[in-house]
Amino acid sequence: MTTQTVLAAAGQVSGGEEVTFWILAPLALIGAIGMVWARNAVHSALWLVLTMLCLGVFYVLQAGPFIGMVQIIVYTGAIMMLFLFVLMLVGRDASDSLIETLRGQRVAAVVLGLGFAGLVGSGLYRALEGVQAAGLDQANAEGNVQGIARLLFTKYVFAFELTSALLITAAVGAMVLAHVERRKEDRMDQIATMKARFRPGNYPGPKPGPGVFATSSSVATPARLPDGRLTDRSIPEILPVRELTAEDTALKGTDK
Amino acid sequence: MNTVILAAQDPTLADFGKDPWWLVLIKIVFAFAFGLVATLLGVWFERRVVGRMAVRPGPNQVGPFGLLQTLADGLKMAFKEDILPRAADKVVFFFAPTISVISAVTALSVVPFGPKVSIFGHWTPLQVTDVSVAVLVILACSSMGIYGIVLGGWASGSTYPLLGGLRSSAQMISYEVAMGLSIVAVFMTAGTMSTSGIVAAQGDATQLTIAGQQIPAPGWYAILLLPSFVIFFIAMVGETNRAPFDLPEAESELVAGFMTEYSSLKFALFMLSEYVSMVTMSAVTTTLFLGGWRAPWPITLWAGANSGWWPMLWFFGKVIVLVFVFVWLRGTLPRLRYDQFMRFGWKVLLPINLVWILVLSGLRSIEDWQTKDRLVATGIGAGVLLLATLFWPSRKKAPKPPLQEQVNSRPHGSFPLPPMDLQVPPSPRTKRVVAEREPANVVAGSESGEV
Repeated sequence: MTTQTVLAAAGQVSGGEEVTFWILAPLALIGAIGMVWARNAVHSALWLVLTMLCLGVFYVLQAGPFIGMVQIIVYTGAIMMLFLFVLMLVGRDASDSLIETLRGQRVAAVVLGLGFAGLVGSGLYRALEGVQAAGLDQANAEGNVQGIARLLFTKYVFAFELTSALLITAAVGAMVLAHVERRKEDRMDQIATMKARFRPGNYPGPKPGPGVFATSSSVATPARLPDGRLTDRSIPEILPVRELTAEDTALKGTDK
Repeated sequence: MNTVILAAQDPTLADFGKDPWWLVLIKIVFAFAFGLVATLLGVWFERRVVGRMAVRPGPNQVGPFGLLQTLADGLKMAFKEDILPRAADKVVFFFAPTISVISAVTALSVVPFGPKVSIFGHWTPLQVTDVSVAVLVILACSSMGIYGIVLGGWASGSTYPLLGGLRSSAQMISYEVAMGLSIVAVFMTAGTMSTSGIVAAQGDATQLTIAGQQIPAPGWYAILLLPSFVIFFIAMVGETNRAPFDLPEAESELVAGFMTEYSSLKFALFMLSEYVSMVTMSAVTTTLFLGGWRAPWPITLWAGANSGWWPMLWFFGKVIVLVFVFVWLRGTLPRLRYDQFMRFGWKVLLPINLVWILVLSGLRSIEDWQTKDRLVATGIGAGVLLLATLFWPSRKKAPKPPLQEQVNSRPHGSFPLPPMDLQVPPSPRTKRVVAEREPANVVAGSESGEV
């Protein structure tokens, strides 16, 4: 039993706790506001990281060191890092545009957000009404970690397993949706590429270069085969085929 | 009697948080200075050792044995021009190296350097602080350290650093999972998450009874939990971005990775954080698996080995050995390819770790059974494992037909192949030239008459 738990049980706040709270609470708020207001998506994520770190310290202050550290490791360390990963892939200059693509979206968002907050608040209030707090001494009697573990693996084991099953389903679903299945036969390794090259009907040698035996050395001019035909294989496919106008074909006067 | 001494020396969680402020300050400054000095000496040590492995002297000009080379380099770095790229995100670019350094140094605060000693009349443990979740604090610090690298890569505003940052975020998340899982075995065995508690738990050697004799078994978790130790060490090398896992700064692919655009003091901070985290991680490994500040076996014959200031010496010795292993790995192994590296983390380290934790919890749950039952249960488990290994489908492919058969079975019209025996066949177009001589005894004139 630490001094923290004693003080918390008595409803008092120690000096250190108060100082920490008044330093970190404004920081947490600034982080939350900054997350909403930041234009750049990565800056927004960083503000959120600040808020989460402050929350982690708050948990530790409230005599819940395990949940505080898990908050920092899992949320700040892993989940926000995945967010950052995606945001960085999107591009560093991707900023919010202020054009409203859905009409009335903002008003609807504000109304729905307030409604949700009201629902959660009232639900919490009604659930906690008339509940007598057991106190941290009882909760942390055999240690903070052990107490959480006991609850997690006895009373709430079903909810816990259900949540993890849900998360696994979501992860597997995301993988199935995002994964492009390539059959093993379709994958071309070095041997397969070589075999395809020497398959009957395919000429294994290098393609004739454009402009070989041609009237011009332009890359757009197809090469001539030994029998005099033009070969399309010599021109890169990326070049657009275009008809030359009379102006194009006229002599430029550079050759005397 | 021995246990009484141990109980007096071993700090417990209740011993922390009672120091006067000046003692806390001394401890913090000591831990910080330890990180900095370890960096100065670590760079020198690494260059000397790698030099010796490459059969060259290494730095040997500045100071005795080149010891001051790093100091000179550091001073030079401080006076260099600090370049801020125009495309950089200025605030994040500035903060990224500091995040790295702060998280690397902070982890040192929960590392126990020694037992309780007397400092200016105060009986206090040689550790800045300890909490009931100290190992999680270390994990949290290492996961925050990733931010420095990732943000540094992103804020530089150029391609190579961004690629390095992306790589490092993927790499460190993957290897942190393996690392966390291998620590789970330590938690299960020690029954605590506080670092001083884990060191204490490794002190009481388990007594094995073999043929009626009490034999003290080693208490180090590196021996008791060998798979966890190996996986932890591999994951740690991945987590600290050291060779052969230094993909975020792979110089042959990404110039210098996330620190390409950094110069002057900011670059020095990144260097500092790399070496401090190397030393920190070595210290953490020592604490979790190598008995912390406890003396290894032959020294423990001396009764005073684990008391007073001596344990600090054993601790530093173990850390230096681990740092040497880091350098040794760098001098020996080539860098892994990125996809092989990720596959190794997710498909090898993680499943082995999970199976090992399962086995360990199985062993622990049958601990209080009768000896016979325990043997039967272990035997069944081992038998199943053996059968599984024996009948595991082999990955060997069926043998290929001989080359000539493969050549013969090619479809009609395939591109001609040179002969397999490298004998040049006669061309079908050249006729077989055989000297045709006229028969010797032909009657002359009989045919010439027709001409």
